[in-house]
Amino acid sequence: MRKNLNRKQRGGNFKVFALVTVAFIVMQLLSSMGMLKSSVKGQLIPICVYIVLAVSLNLVVGVSGELSLGHAGFMGVGAFTGVVVASSIANVVSNDLVRLLIAMVIGGVMAGIAGGIIGIPVLRLRGDYLAIVTLAFGEILKNIIGNLYIGKDSHGLHFALNASGLVMEPDGSMILNGPMGTTGVEKIATFGVGFALIIVTLVVVLNLIHSKEGRAIMAIRDNRIAAESVGLNVFSFKIKAFVVSAFLAGMAGALYGLNYSAITATKFDFTTSINILVFVVLGGMGNIFGSVISATLLYMLPEMLRGLYDYRMIMYAIVLIVVMLFTWSPQAKNWVQAVSSGSVMRRVFGQKKEAEDE
Amino acid sequence: MNFLQYLINGISIGSVYAIIALGYTMVYGIANMLNFAHGDVIMIGAYMSYCATNYLGLHPLVGLVIAMAVCTVLGITIEALAYRPLRGVPSLAVLITAIGVSYFLQNAAQLIWGSAPKNYTSIVSMEPLKLFDGGLVITGEVIITIVASVVIMLALTLFTGKTKMGKAMRAVSEDRDAAQLMGIPVNRTISTTFAIGSALAAVAGVLLCSTVPTLMPTTGSMPGIRAFTAAVLGGIGSIPGAMLGGILLGIIETLSKAYISTQFSDAIVFTVLILVLLVKPAGLLGKTVQEKV
Repeated sequence: MRKNLNRKQRGGNFKVFALVTVAFIVMQLLSSMGMLKSSVKGQLIPICVYIVLAVSLNLVVGVSGELSLGHAGFMGVGAFTGVVVASSIANVVSNDLVRLLIAMVIGGVMAGIAGGIIGIPVLRLRGDYLAIVTLAFGEILKNIIGNLYIGKDSHGLHFALNASGLVMEPDGSMILNGPMGTTGVEKIATFGVGFALIIVTLVVVLNLIHSKEGRAIMAIRDNRIAAESVGLNVFSFKIKAFVVSAFLAGMAGALYGLNYSAITATKFDFTTSINILVFVVLGGMGNIFGSVISATLLYMLPEMLRGLYDYRMIMYAIVLIVVMLFTWSPQAKNWVQAVSSGSVMRRVFGQKKEAEDE
Repeated sequence: MNFLQYLINGISIGSVYAIIALGYTMVYGIANMLNFAHGDVIMIGAYMSYCATNYLGLHPLVGLVIAMAVCTVLGITIEALAYRPLRGVPSLAVLITAIGVSYFLQNAAQLIWGSAPKNYTSIVSMEPLKLFDGGLVITGEVIITIVASVVIMLALTLFTGKTKMGKAMRAVSEDRDAAQLMGIPVNRTISTTFAIGSALAAVAGVLLCSTVPTLMPTTGSMPGIRAFTAAVLGGIGSIPGAMLGGILLGIIETLSKAYISTQFSDAIVFTVLILVLLVKPAGLLGKTVQEKV
């Protein structure tokens, strides 16, 4: 049995890696042959970012079973740290790729530290209280980032909490301008690095899930008291999952920040956290493959609905509600079963099911 | 004197949060779900009152009644279509559905009324009260808001404590299955809760826009989150807790804007929430439920 299970797990993992790699190669080929519209091209890196965010949030929400509503905050920490690092080492490291990687790692570390600081008090709370506190922390991070002024001159970096507090040499330039966000960022993010980040994330998360730690984390999710009574340290396992998730979100954030010439802190608000959570829930809690698929499809959905103009966001909302009703409601499940058992309706159902999977 | 002025303004905005938080807390207590669409019901209520007074030329009070009626119907409809089929499934699924409803309401409002802000005219036509030779000005809006929230809280406390429906609500929030076995119509009780919560949201929307007169499709979302925070701060599920939480939050927000920093008021409000939850994990007036093994 055990061997079977492992083979099945390996098969599942292989499926994810194969899918992501094939998608990457196809996109890369299409892009190099000039067959992609520029609007699609512009979405490639954000899709990579959101896949990483969805997979990392799934580690907290699906695997560890803690509802976190502040994931965008970690993304924001990573994004702004990444931009500041990339700008400040621009003269030292000339290679864009190396600079991007350094920025992403430092962005990830900063987000991980933020995750640790937040996780220590927060993970002692439970259920909906945890949700509201992570929401609060996300808003605090956004609020602080949105009022931070960072400039760079020949003496190094300068930090201030208001515009007039920033005293710089005449050769100085602003990196982070409070509510205006970052300006004049060199766009050094690449699709290849985005792909590599997805692979790294998948390796880290899947290995964590299938390790001793991962089984402990899932045991705590399924029954905290039972897990505690067999001697698992609930808090230390939870914080591990939380910090790893924040670290990955920070790396994704850094990639995101370096993909645009200007971003503001308002991008990393509650709405973004919720969007990532929607990816996780629709993809299936604890299902990493599902997160990858749903992040990709749902990120593209509003774009695909662009033909509906003003109606596209309302369609998105309706699709979201209908999908939730169809996947969760007991009546809908019964109805689907009843319809599927009828031979006349079988073809209709076949199409329905596909629509539902999307 | 300034301090007193800030304090009164804080209590006033806090009273609006309190009315919204009452809706959150009742729905949470009884249906055990976080109704993220509640903030957007506020916005719909405000738009309804705006339309009734500006387009139909009705008296503001009639507008308020229309807004309450529309929101009540809206609340019942949302519950019946989107939340009732999901009863008994994991709360996260219901949460995502509520978020879908919230997007739906915001975008529907944007389609109907456009995204440009509307200038809401206050429904209160009372002269401001000037005390200490004009050193302290209390506007009519402030008085009405505070009075309304106190009246609403008292009425709700009486309603849940004394009436048959109120008792049914408490029974359902205590143990839904046991209540059903005792012959309490659970679905109807939950519908009533949504109806009351949504009617209160309409009142809150009108009061909110009378104080802060810009009305747009996203008007409800930030006060919604604030009120949710207030409900948690006071102890979610508790009616006096929602009131206390709302008013405290309003005071903290106004005072920190006045004395500490305008930009960091959000951060300060949420930090206070986190500190309170660390000391009292169930909120200020919440019940700590012992976990059964």
